Amino acid sequence: MSSPAANSRFTGVDFYDADRLLSEEERAIRDTVRTWVDDNLMPIIGDCYIEGRFPKELIGGMAELGFFGANLPEEYGCAGLNNVAYGLIMQELERGDSGVRSFASVQGALVMYPIFAFGSEEQKQQWLPRLASGKEIGCFGLTEPDFGSNPGGLVTTARQSDAGWVLNGTKMWITNGSQATVAIVWAKVGDVNDPTSIRGFIVPTTTPGFTAKDQKGKLSLRASDTSELHLQDVLVPSDAILPNSSGIKSPLMCLTQARYGIAWGAIGAAMACYDEALRYAVNRVMFDRPIGQTQIQQVRLADMLTEITKAQLLTLQLGRLKDDHLLTPQQVSLAKRNNVNMATDCAREARRLLGANGILAEYHSMRHMANLESVYTYEGTHDMHSLILGEKITGLSAF
Amino acid sequence: MKIAVCLKRVPDTTAKIVIAGDGVSIDPAGVKFVPNPYDEYAIEEAIARKAAAGEGETVVITLGTDASQETIRSALAMGIDRGVLLQTSDHPDPAAVASLLAEELALGEFDLILMGKMAVDDSQHQVGPQVAEQLGMACITAVAHLDIEGGTITAEREIEGAVEVVRCGLPAVITCDKGLNTPRLPALKGIMAAKKKPLDIKPVTAGQGSFEVLSLTLPPDRPPGRIVGEGPDAVPELVRLLRTEAKAI
Repeated sequence: MSSPAANSRFTGVDFYDADRLLSEEERAIRDTVRTWVDDNLMPIIGDCYIEGRFPKELIGGMAELGFFGANLPEEYGCAGLNNVAYGLIMQELERGDSGVRSFASVQGALVMYPIFAFGSEEQKQQWLPRLASGKEIGCFGLTEPDFGSNPGGLVTTARQSDAGWVLNGTKMWITNGSQATVAIVWAKVGDVNDPTSIRGFIVPTTTPGFTAKDQKGKLSLRASDTSELHLQDVLVPSDAILPNSSGIKSPLMCLTQARYGIAWGAIGAAMACYDEALRYAVNRVMFDRPIGQTQIQQVRLADMLTEITKAQLLTLQLGRLKDDHLLTPQQVSLAKRNNVNMATDCAREARRLLGANGILAEYHSMRHMANLESVYTYEGTHDMHSLILGEKITGLSAF
Repeated sequence: MKIAVCLKRVPDTTAKIVIAGDGVSIDPAGVKFVPNPYDEYAIEEAIARKAAAGEGETVVITLGTDASQETIRSALAMGIDRGVLLQTSDHPDPAAVASLLAEELALGEFDLILMGKMAVDDSQHQVGPQVAEQLGMACITAVAHLDIEGGTITAEREIEGAVEVVRCGLPAVITCDKGLNTPRLPALKGIMAAKKKPLDIKPVTAGQGSFEVLSLTLPPDRPPGRIVGEGPDAVPELVRLLRTEAKAI
């Protein structure tokens, strides 16, 4: 009987030799992040989660290695990686913790990406290198207390004045909000009922009238900052607008980027739970034999491995499509919906396999289980992605 | 300063080892290969010294098959300037390896030659001193701290219960031990840049070695543990066994 490696380093899950489908650089990138997570995140994440603290002391190290906006071009200080490599970074970060991966998703896909896609050249030069290096920390202000799944209905306004744009509104559930130095705020420049009037604005968080406050009492993503943003007559210069942003389509494009990374991230969380469950199962003895020798636990492990393997191959193809510029948002919806859902199942079943030990923070599965409920809900709830797929498949909107 | 690093591709120490059919080597199938961890201290030292000096050149040299190109690229990704693969499918012993490395190193007029004190697969500890001998250079082994001032090296070696301080002049061969530094993770940009750095491939043939491996076997299975008693009453017996049987105290 061969048992998992005696040491505690994570060695991945690869039942169908998906590594063969990766390039040497993609594997090396994945391995670098994996090692970094083992060395820097794993020793502290249990405590961070209990304390409800995002480990911001890790930002510098992540930035130095190039984790932020890794698929954006080198001319802006980014690593210039392909989308499979970007996905692997998200996978390995979330193997550590969904909250930490959320930080990177926001910084890269929801702050750097909109500046890259919709910003002027001056804005790109001014902000992207500083965001890549972690000198600036960003947040994405789209969701509002009454507008989550229906972002097009947002009511934050931007009104032009002689001095620039005046923004008013409230945002909620904003990752990184309380520590951000800059916020990408989505507001309507026209009628509040007109989603085509949505534009993006670069708002330094020191601007008078801007406040951010952490939301307390979270039972999920506790190692992440989740904040309310309040904009009260926030005046930004005329050139704070993202000139190429136009309508609800623009923030949705950002969300597609983030959802892509999340599809990969969920695999990481599932792998972490499966790996923990497997090591535990072969070591934990009950009734004079390892519990891994019982049928019920073997079915659990086989089911987890099957779902992880399916997700790996699905998501690799998604990455190759993205790199070939063939990606559709609905393809991303399918992967995000599938992978996060299967990851919540893996986490729950791993937690159950771990027995009483599984409720302790020194084990990882229950933390992943709690975190993944947020991942199930954000970036398009599971149900919203069902409707996105349903509309695409049938041509009929059930929204 | 011109710094050379000798790097070996070795099996990951957590790999499950199977003896090959010839009875004298390991079966590489399914084994993950990595840069020799002790050589990584050498790579880090070279990169850090060049960065501190603001000038110089670092070169990594590896002896092996084409599979070792990936190993060389991992050093390039960390920040080494260029690589040389001495390409062979032979499995030379340390004396033959040292000859091939020395021949290549002699071409480079290096000020400093760094490598791990040993490779984690065969634990020979021989290549560093043999290379130095062939190049007529001083060699300090198992170095855990290194100072270079002017043309003089002052190295610290952790020996049993003490620190030995040794001095020599440049050029020299230094073999690296744990504690010398903390090898950096390659930045993601560095991994992408590695493919663009020069990697020269030079086919070589290994000369006559100095010994022959007769057999390679797995270690015997660990015997089961023994429970000597329970609770504080077991302590005297445990102490007795640790003293007389295990000779640990």
